[in-house]
Amino acid sequence: MKNPPATGQSISRIEGPLKVTGAAKYSGEYNVPGLLYGYVVNSTITKGKIIKIYTEEIKALPGVIDVFSHENRPSTAWFDMKYADMDAPPGSPFRPLHDAEIRYNGQPIALIVAETFELARYAASIISVDYEKEIFDTDLRSHFGDGREPETGMASLLKPPPPEPTGYFETAYAAAKYKASGEFYHGTEHHNPMELFTTTTLYEGKGKLSIYDKTQGTVNCQLYVANVFGLRFKDVKVISPFVGGAFGSGLRPQYQLFLSVMAALELKRHVRVTLDRSQMFTFGHRPPTLQRTRFAADADGMVTALNHTAFAETSRFEDYTEVVVNWSPKLYPAAHTLLDYKLVPLDVFSPMDMRAPGGSTGMHAIESTLDELAYQLKMDPLDLRLKNYTMIDITVNLPYSSKELKECYLKGAEKFGWANRAPEPRSMKRGHKLVGYGMATGIWDAMQAPARAEAAMTRDGKLHVKSAVTDIGTGTFTVMTQIAADELGLPVADVIFSYGDSKLPFAPIQGGSMTTSTVGTAIRAAGKALRKKLLRVAKRMKDSPLGKAELEEVIFQNGYIILKDNPQAAVSFADIINDGHHGLPLKTTNTGVPNMAKLNKYSRAAHSAVFVEVEVDEELGVINVTRALTAVAAGKIINPKTSRSQILGSMVWGISKALREETILDNQLGKYMNQNLGEYHIPVHADIHDLDVMFIEENDEHINELGIKGLGEIGLVGVAPAITNAIFHATGKRLNQLPVHFDMLL
Amino acid sequence: MNNFDYGAAAELKDAFIQVNENAANAFLAGGTNLIDLLKYNLVKAEKLVDINPLPDYHGIEETSDGKVRLGALLTNADTAYHPLIETNYPLLSRAILAGASAQIRNMATNGGNLLQRTRCYYFYDANVPCNKRNPGSGCSAIPGYNRTMAILGTSEYCIAVFPSDMCVALAALDATVDVSSAEGNRSIAFADFHRLPGNTPHLDNNLQHGELITGITLPKKGFEKNYSYLKLRDRNSYAFALVSVATALDLDGDRIKEARIALGGVAHRPWRVKEAEDLLQNQTATRENFAAAADLILKGAKGFEHNSFKIELAKRAIIRNCMMALHPESQMPGAQPSA
Ligand SMILES: Cc1cc2nc3c(=O)[nH]c(=O)nc-3n(C[C@H](O)[C@H](O)[C@H](O)COP(=O)(O)OP(=O)(O)OC[C@H]3O[C@@H](n4cnc5c(N)ncnc54)[C@H](O)[C@@H]3O)c2cc1C
Ligand code: SF4
Repeated sequence: MKNPPATGQSISRIEGPLKVTGAAKYSGEYNVPGLLYGYVVNSTITKGKIIKIYTEEIKALPGVIDVFSHENRPSTAWFDMKYADMDAPPGSPFRPLHDAEIRYNGQPIALIVAETFELARYAASIISVDYEKEIFDTDLRSHFGDGREPETGMASLLKPPPPEPTGYFETAYAAAKYKASGEFYHGTEHHNPMELFTTTTLYEGKGKLSIYDKTQGTVNCQLYVANVFGLRFKDVKVISPFVGGAFGSGLRPQYQLFLSVMAALELKRHVRVTLDRSQMFTFGHRPPTLQRTRFAADADGMVTALNHTAFAETSRFEDYTEVVVNWSPKLYPAAHTLLDYKLVPLDVFSPMDMRAPGGSTGMHAIESTLDELAYQLKMDPLDLRLKNYTMIDITVNLPYSSKELKECYLKGAEKFGWANRAPEPRSMKRGHKLVGYGMATGIWDAMQAPARAEAAMTRDGKLHVKSAVTDIGTGTFTVMTQIAADELGLPVADVIFSYGDSKLPFAPIQGGSMTTSTVGTAIRAAGKALRKKLLRVAKRMKDSPLGKAELEEVIFQNGYIILKDNPQAAVSFADIINDGHHGLPLKTTNTGVPNMAKLNKYSRAAHSAVFVEVEVDEELGVINVTRALTAVAAGKIINPKTSRSQILGSMVWGISKALREETILDNQLGKYMNQNLGEYHIPVHADIHDLDVMFIEENDEHINELGIKGLGEIGLVGVAPAITNAIFHATGKRLNQLPVHFDMLL
Repeated sequence: MNNFDYGAAAELKDAFIQVNENAANAFLAGGTNLIDLLKYNLVKAEKLVDINPLPDYHGIEETSDGKVRLGALLTNADTAYHPLIETNYPLLSRAILAGASAQIRNMATNGGNLLQRTRCYYFYDANVPCNKRNPGSGCSAIPGYNRTMAILGTSEYCIAVFPSDMCVALAALDATVDVSSAEGNRSIAFADFHRLPGNTPHLDNNLQHGELITGITLPKKGFEKNYSYLKLRDRNSYAFALVSVATALDLDGDRIKEARIALGGVAHRPWRVKEAEDLLQNQTATRENFAAAADLILKGAKGFEHNSFKIELAKRAIIRNCMMALHPESQMPGAQPSA
């Protein structure tokens, strides 16, 4: 009896019941006797200096333990580098309570520690602070002229600057008969995961800490805390088994971590710091970005020239960058390309990766401009994309390791009913509504980083696999269990995956759609090593039926090692451990590394095609996305169910990005005005209608042994442009500012 | 949030005694607005006097003269789903259900709904100037992001909007607000209940401290045949109106005997214009006539940097909603535009 492979199966999240019954504990739910509560005081000015913080009357409140500010904070590391985390852009990382200088509105300026959360919060509301105000600038649109080249650094490895110009763009564009251009603006967005940012730091004596943190990287936070506070690496444990969403906001250690650890060390007590919803608007965000495009094509629809320029906001202390403009030649190989990306430093906190950073911004401009070009050419937008289809990434002159985008286009179009689209704008109607069909392409880099994993077999025949990786709600726990199960031919129920703890084998931060390939490869390496060890021990056992069999001559199945040629000859894992290894677990820790020699021969990306139907009320402008379909080619799909959820979530986000969410920035006050979920509009059920996901089979033999590309971002990139293209088809109006407000259609 | 006392009032007299102990004492009903205001440090209460234990005002009753009285402590949800309201005052039911979320409507009371504060962003941020919150400090919304703000009845001191949906229907229906206090009882016509900002934007309405809303009385006429509520907003549910319209028509064939049109999301109180309604009287129910009324209703409207669209939007919404009122079955869930 052979059990089917676990990978490829739709398995429900293993931790699902814990989550829906409330048994899953999040970082703010580890309660210990004597826990103290910290509440952060935030700057109410945008730029300037703190003259005085009146802490005395606060300290006098019964139950208030202490108030920390730049005036009395304990000394921490001096060098910028010590504050740099795995996702730090070039520059000087923000240091909480560092000095009197105010760099942005909402900057944490003090921490009040009290016996109850309510008291700390109350104290924060009455503390008075004298400031000296300075003039500030937060408005990207009036400062894009100040745009400059970004600094490059470690971050540029994953986020390469735009490729060099090719050909003669201006000449080619001037001479072209068919052209389209646009100016695009995206405002600020905040991640707003459901779970608030909380750190519970348990003081375990003598500089030893156990830290429950909301993060996308336990090791990242461990390094940061050890470096900043001069602690021994092994004395700092960061634990984060459940994360209630993060979307990039947990890629960097946030200031509640710093403050909670600082107070715990200083007071030698357990301290929890929770940021409330409005405080979640006081650190990273998706940066506002202004883009300009000019695309040209010849009469056959071959794209000949591509110009894409972006001006993106950053802070005055770090050069946060995104890959916004690099995508168009990867998809549409034009001879003449001119791509440029500039930063505009303003008085805000550093922007931070937010789901599909850069890609979702840039692809909106690219796919809208291409749509416009299709109208100029009087060509079906899908045909234009097929016409320019390429298997070579001209920006690096390498073939794609695999690319089933064409199948995404064709199968997606068929299922959606794209053929029913009447080409003319405003030509389809349903009652009071104009109906529009739009489509767009999505692309996202398939990346992989090194990671380690431990695999161990115990006497009960169970496989224990360990990695420091988090599960930010994506299904990582389940998917890793599936990968591990197949390594040893075990059912999923016999695999125990431990994760979310920095003391476990190293995993990088969970982002960029590279977790499954990264940690999956490490687990595969550990699995392979464990198979070898098991066989070696099995062969040493008295009267072993496996004889001298080599690894290739056996199979691992259902808890047994079995001779391929003689299925009767089998030894159970449990017997191997009990009889061959004195009952002691057989363990191995291994590293999974990307095979760069192989990978460097290819360009690697996941792709999608998105098809959308909108209804626009002709009289009132009200827009509804009535149907949307995403066809995805992203290598092997380990778990269709959790994968579909990833894509559905992204599609909802795409609808949100196109039509709903925006952080409102008042440039005269230099602050965000809608810092709550009542006014920061993310979609509600009534906004979401028919969503469909198709996975297109894609066998990639080059990318990694598992053939995985990752799914975190690809579902988002194409959705917003497909929606705005559909709105154009419905109404004849091209709206290039996101989110689209329905009144723009009046 | 500051520390405050809590006192439950099981008797009307006791409620008045407790609330009058201090000018900073407040009645607590559903708490869906008041508690938020406390948490944001916008309101500092000394004591919350919980009026939920009061034995009366939790129901709906028909009075001897054919009117209907909604208890102030009845929840918005129980009101909207009450058979009497669904049948005789479906406009009110629709308007309530277009507001907030199911969870909030389950807590929110009818009395509290009338007294909810504006949703102006600047009002909710204790650290920026706002004349409503801090008289004389200035208005941040006029030079700021005023997409959601008023276009009618504004003043140089405040351009905030009264955000209720329920009250737009109550205005159209000519409800009255029943009030009690230690001094006695009084009734306030709906049109006289909420105020325009003028130079006193800190006053939302004409209720005095210590006065308790006990109920809302609906006149007999419910316009149950031809009515419609339309709400235009930045998401399909759980968002306040940019513009909303309540229309109630009394028709004789296609002749309009009586028309009521109230707007929400455009002013410091639900907005009705008598001349526009008079204009429609004895006219046929046509798009053109509704358009003429819409022009009159929006006469004098003044937009600000980010909300001028509301003027045209409101006109179109009035026309559409009046057309929808001719076919009430064309109304959509969430008070969305008809299909
Ligand atoms: C996120 C969110 C979204 C919302 N969206 C909408 C929407 O789309 N449309 C809409 O119409 N509303 C909306 N609301 C507002 C909601 O309808 C009101 O908060 C609710 O009606 C208030 O009723 P309450 O009983 O909770 O009042 P409370 O919060 O208890 O009280 C509000 C005020 O009224 C006073 N008060 C209460 N009852 C009495 C009484 N009987 N006599 C005298 N004084 C009294 C209180 O002292 C307090 O000052 C929303 C609210 C929230 C939080
Ligand atoms: S509009 Fe009114 S509520 Fe808003 S800031 Fe101005 S004064 Fe305050």
